Amino acid sequence: MTIKQLSIFIENKSGTLIRVLDLLSRANIQIIASTIADTQDYGIYRVLCSAPGEAYLILKDNGINVQLADVMAITIDDEPGRAALAVKALSDAGVNILYMYSFLWKGKGVLTMRTDEVSLAEEVIKNNNIQLLNENEFLL
Amino acid sequence: MSRNFPPDTCPYLHEEMETLTREQISALQLERLQATVRHCMNSPFYKQRFEEIGLKPEDIKSLDDIRKIPFTTKADLRDTYPFGMASVPLRECTRLHSSSGTTGTPTVILHTKKDLEEWANQVARNLWMVGLRPDDVFQNSSGYGMFTGGLGFQYGAERMGMLTIPAAAGNSLRQIKFMTDFGTTALHAVPSYVTRLYEVMQSAGVDPRKDTKLKVLAIGAEPHSEEQRRRIEEMMGVKAYNSFGMSEMCGPGVGFECQEQNGLHFWEDYYIVEIVDPETLEPVADGEIGELVLTSLCREAMPLLRYRTRDLTRVLGRTCPCGRNHVRIDRMRGRSDDMMVLRGVNIFPIQIEKILMTFPELANNYLITLTTDADNDNMTVEVELEELFTDDFRRLQELTNRIQRALKDEILLTPHVKLLPKGTLPVSEGKAVRVVDKRKVYQ
Repeated sequence: MTIKQLSIFIENKSGTLIRVLDLLSRANIQIIASTIADTQDYGIYRVLCSAPGEAYLILKDNGINVQLADVMAITIDDEPGRAALAVKALSDAGVNILYMYSFLWKGKGVLTMRTDEVSLAEEVIKNNNIQLLNENEFLL
Repeated sequence: MSRNFPPDTCPYLHEEMETLTREQISALQLERLQATVRHCMNSPFYKQRFEEIGLKPEDIKSLDDIRKIPFTTKADLRDTYPFGMASVPLRECTRLHSSSGTTGTPTVILHTKKDLEEWANQVARNLWMVGLRPDDVFQNSSGYGMFTGGLGFQYGAERMGMLTIPAAAGNSLRQIKFMTDFGTTALHAVPSYVTRLYEVMQSAGVDPRKDTKLKVLAIGAEPHSEEQRRRIEEMMGVKAYNSFGMSEMCGPGVGFECQEQNGLHFWEDYYIVEIVDPETLEPVADGEIGELVLTSLCREAMPLLRYRTRDLTRVLGRTCPCGRNHVRIDRMRGRSDDMMVLRGVNIFPIQIEKILMTFPELANNYLITLTTDADNDNMTVEVELEELFTDDFRRLQELTNRIQRALKDEILLTPHVKLLPKGTLPVSEGKAVRVVDKRKVYQ
């Protein structure tokens, strides 16, 4: 039920992001959604893309600190209050969300999140009839 | 009750020694060097070293003959650890100081009762020189224990007859209370700690000029620039005198600035001072920067001959308006090895490397940067992540904290640890640059 996300460790300094984007661009990999979380010293650039496995190898071969992380991508209707409902269901069950970001995909809202309690989260998703995105949707 | 001190108006505690002419200094030094070399033949280390090169004590006929004697190094002290350098039996020793450095084998310096007395005499001479008298109140805010700045100044200030406050380092509010309650007139501390005290005074609403009786600061044990000294004087409203010492010679007391503040008088009745080119080991001319080499002339337990201090400095002059002809040495200009001195703590890059290498999460490259921020020395250690093993910030922060704690246990101060992606740090050709010193100390 999880999908693969690139987590890329970058220095908090100009010029570090473009190096990563350049490598992905040259391999014709499409970025579906991305977000940067930063500290004073470093940042983590999180990317959903069209071919995460291939992208991972390319970045790694070029000496980039990268990890393939398992995240859940919940789809919700593009309407007010839908994110709150989904997160409430998880939260009520005691699922701890490490990070989350959202984007629009083909008219639907997508909440991408990572949790260390995957099996509990899966149960909540199943019981509440929450829809998940599949990696194949991102294939070019 | 007479305490055998000169009258307060006399500028010298040991007038006869302090005002020797150059000829008298040379004659005394030759006599003491010959005696020291003879005495060193009781040391297994020196006995063997002299035999190896066929040198006999009676070959030292002039001061220039000192150049026939091989240099002694820190490595020699390590190799003879713990007692192989001693020139007296252990039962004649009453004190042992060991290096705080944790690079492999530590070093040991032994003292006899007379050594400790002579050490106290040197410190007392210095404190008298900068205008302190038995009526003064001396607060020693220096670390005690193995760090010689504690006991060294303690015994010296007592020898001079002052009321002494062994406050030791830390607990700034208590330090300030001592100063105001006990009427402290003289304070000894590492320069960065004086700055820290001033900051705490400010936040506690204490004005050192109005609320204390302070008149003299003694600062040393960590490199600092002239600019830094002037700022400290400006803050505290008193003169700050530079002190030089090293445990190998005894501790603080070896050299001290007089009221001219134009170089440190190194006491030539106690030491022979040489400045040599660290590469060729040949003497350099006065005024030229080289490595300070010291020979102790009055030590019993463990005299050292031509000890390479690794400190870089130069001779400023051999006369002084204060009437003392003991050589004037510039403040230390750097090191001929890679030792860093930070807040009074001696640190070698290898200590940091050793710790970093115990973390499998880290790649091999690292960079140490030293900066001065509001007069405090700071260290940043940049390290590279071998693999991104998590994308959870908490776990990365936890790794940073673990590295920081392990480094602190080793080097005794807390550096800022900066995690970087692999391949970020410059890869130098040849010898890697591991330390960037951006402090203004050596300028």
